[in-house]
Amino acid sequence: MVPAAALPLQRTFGLGGAAAVLFLVLAVTGALLLVTYEPSPERAYGTVARLVDEVPFGAFVRNVHHWAANGLVLVTILHLLRVFYRGGHLPPRKGNWFVGLALLLLVVGCAFTGYLLPWDQLAYWAVTISTGMLEYVPVVGSMLLRAARGGADIGPATLARFFVLHVAILPIALLLLLAFHFWLVRKVGGVILPADAGDPAAPRGPLVPTSPHLTQREGAAALVVFASVMLLAAVWNAPLLAQANPGMSPNPAKAPWYFMGVQELLVHLHPAFGAVAVPLLALALLVALPALGGGERPSGRWFGSPRGARLALAAAALAAVVTVAAVVANEPLRRARPWFPGLPPAVRGGAIPLASAVLLVALVAWVSRRRGGSRLEAVQAGFTFVAASFVVLTVIGVFFRGQGMALVMP
Amino acid sequence: MSRAPSIEPAVPARRDFLGRVGKGLGILAAVQILAVVVAYLAPSRGGAGRGAGLVVAGPVGEFTPASVRPFPAGKFYLVRLADGGFLALSSRCTHLGCTVPWSQKEQTFPCPCHASTFDQRGDVLAPPATRALDLFPVVIEGGIVKVDTSRRIERARFEPAQVTYL
Repeated sequence: MVPAAALPLQRTFGLGGAAAVLFLVLAVTGALLLVTYEPSPERAYGTVARLVDEVPFGAFVRNVHHWAANGLVLVTILHLLRVFYRGGHLPPRKGNWFVGLALLLLVVGCAFTGYLLPWDQLAYWAVTISTGMLEYVPVVGSMLLRAARGGADIGPATLARFFVLHVAILPIALLLLLAFHFWLVRKVGGVILPADAGDPAAPRGPLVPTSPHLTQREGAAALVVFASVMLLAAVWNAPLLAQANPGMSPNPAKAPWYFMGVQELLVHLHPAFGAVAVPLLALALLVALPALGGGERPSGRWFGSPRGARLALAAAALAAVVTVAAVVANEPLRRARPWFPGLPPAVRGGAIPLASAVLLVALVAWVSRRRGGSRLEAVQAGFTFVAASFVVLTVIGVFFRGQGMALVMP
Repeated sequence: MSRAPSIEPAVPARRDFLGRVGKGLGILAAVQILAVVVAYLAPSRGGAGRGAGLVVAGPVGEFTPASVRPFPAGKFYLVRLADGGFLALSSRCTHLGCTVPWSQKEQTFPCPCHASTFDQRGDVLAPPATRALDLFPVVIEGGIVKVDTSRRIERARFEPAQVTYL
């Protein structure tokens, strides 16, 4: 039996279920791809090219895998946002928030390790710059870089590592953790319900049989997800550029889209900050969100309250304006002579911009509190500011950067 | 009955001791297994012997002063400065490892990935790169220029001592 109040689509938008369906699609198409693929630099590109050109439905299976993988990253991020804005990171669901964050990292890890496998120009250079960021981790950076690549440059050892991670270690870890994630959802009694769903005697409202009420809805949602992926795969091919050429970087060379926000930061900030400090701080913020809530329980409404929604919207709008303005203003500045040439570059291009950004986030939260927002809503506004800035940076990186990473119209 | 008090403290002490030994051995075993995995996965230190990465670039006369010649197989550019000195610049951007092209028109190395720019001597003209392009040692023997690509030299910026003259 499930509460009738848990069934409407706008409780979850079916995002968690969609992620699970995409994972299944990836497992099946991945198994098919595994039959034709050979993980060595000499053979990898040839086997993928043959798959696309000669194997019946080879290109289609690869396309489905490609779109399902990108869809899974996107859906996982949307799922995280949905859970946050409905208070799913607060007690009693706090533990499952951390499991969800680990799942997010595994999903991105799966997508990223898969990126290298076709061994084309796109794969080679995207992985070169993404792993290159590791070098800026203080003290152990160059060791981490060598460990990730299995050497100084991307080569056979890198492909072997990424292949094993992609087809065995990460998916198995993902599957185990996914089961735990589901079990914790069941244990807490399912999704968050509106506070006014039932009377005090039956707080969860009237119950209806799980089958058919929930199973049919989930089934329909799964079919919609499946059909969307098939449609995308039928219309748009997964990219396959020329075979990897270590001697020539394509111009522009871009990371996978889910890392483009970080790559955009790298254009502006000192690498130790763009590649290491900012991403780690963002991750720390996600981990700290439950604690920042101060033990409050979810209200059962989107954004906590209508006022919370207004504050979050204002924070997002402000973030969009500030981020676009900063990127555009920095375009001529970063080529000009620095304002304070006496300061070390790590301070000038790293510590000062980062401190300003952190201050701005704190200011957004403080103003939200002054405008009558609860503590939870102030934290929500601050987080929204960060998340919206990152979305804007990603959009700029993906669509508005052309040759030599100059700003262009898409 | 009278023996009980004298035995009782001894049993927990022995259990405690054995428990600690067990835990210690367990941790030791875990560390050993971890060490095996790390050693197995650790990248091998370039096993090739000396001279393996030596690239013969050509006779000195082939390189006109103030010119840049790419050697894609060796992943370096051989630069002859206006004063006749030689520099072998790694083509790997010091920012995130993209391969930098040489722009004859601009007389710079503009990185296609994050727009770092380097001058003919490898010095940083525009960030985000923080270090000059790496060097490979240049040796001139009998009028032939040779570059040792097995020895990568990292540097902060260009200094005259890095240039090799005839």
